[in-house]
Amino acid sequence: MDCDGVVSGVRMGEASEEVHVLAVDDSLVDRKVIERLLKILACKVTAVDSGLRALEYLGLDQHKIPSQSNGFVEGLKVDLIITDYCMPGMTGYDLLKKIKESSTFREIPVVIMSSENILPRIDRCLEEGAEDFIVKPVKLSDVKRLKDYGVGGRINKRKLPDTTEPDLSSSPPSDSSSLLSSSPSISPSPPSIIDSPIRRLKMTTATHD
Amino acid sequence: MDVLQLQRKLREHQAAMLREGFLDDQFSQLQKLQDESSPDFVIEVVKMFFDDSEKLLNNMTRALGQVPVDFKQVDAHVHQYKGSSASVGAARVKNVCATFRNFCETQNLEGCVRCLQQLQQEYSLLKNNLQYLFRLQEEIQAAGGSIPTIE
Repeated sequence: MDCDGVVSGVRMGEASEEVHVLAVDDSLVDRKVIERLLKILACKVTAVDSGLRALEYLGLDQHKIPSQSNGFVEGLKVDLIITDYCMPGMTGYDLLKKIKESSTFREIPVVIMSSENILPRIDRCLEEGAEDFIVKPVKLSDVKRLKDYGVGGRINKRKLPDTTEPDLSSSPPSDSSSLLSSSPSISPSPPSIIDSPIRRLKMTTATHD
Repeated sequence: MDVLQLQRKLREHQAAMLREGFLDDQFSQLQKLQDESSPDFVIEVVKMFFDDSEKLLNNMTRALGQVPVDFKQVDAHVHQYKGSSASVGAARVKNVCATFRNFCETQNLEGCVRCLQQLQQEYSLLKNNLQYLFRLQEEIQAAGGSIPTIE
């Protein structure tokens, strides 16, 4: 069952308190930077150079036989996926769609990074279910903003099954850059519930060129 | 030269690079990520950037030498270079890339060739300046001093 699949994944995760981030970027320089940023915030990082590699890592590789491509990989716990938008072959948007189509992984928050601050692009990603959008170049403050997904240390360690309550962060927003610190929950709600006009507004006022 | 003098030279050189636009705030951001657990982080990232630069500049040169020129291909390389230069704070390189992309879009070969030349120049200047910066850092460390950071 979908829910059981997600819960068993999380239960395995509770044994380790480290937040595991899967970072996807075709640029070697950017991979090195994002890896360092996440490690400073005590995350375990797996960095891959393409959407295809990310899918392989998650066990969603289409070349495998169907029963193996449902994404069940023994012992795998991924808490957050952060991906570049512009990549050759599979874009970050394509990867996002594939992840949201997967019953095993659609609950994992996906954050998109892009060097281009293009509003329709941001909207499209949010509508497809991305939790957040970071304009490159990425800085520590951008990654700190992801603390609701456990980056920088978990606050609520237990995720109960069938929860409809948000995974509340105990710290209120302290500065204007953490505009999504009261971000939506990681509960099984469809993307359309995300208040995109508000988020869009917040993003345009927060981003700077 | 003693440690204090070296440190002053380093501070002045860093300040000059920022003032003249060779580097922007992103470089300072990277320096903040360096610590005892990752003491060579900035040098490592910059080395990757240098490798990337040489590869991409070669790709651009080759692509502009094709007949006919595939401007989309050229733009793809410039876009990549713009990205990595932004990530290390190489502001002047990044700005030339932006202009270069415009010429790609309008398929202006002359403009593209000019931009490529500018890029090669800017990269060369940046590389020399950064290598001097790192040499100063090495001398300071060898003399037992600490690296002053830009604030």
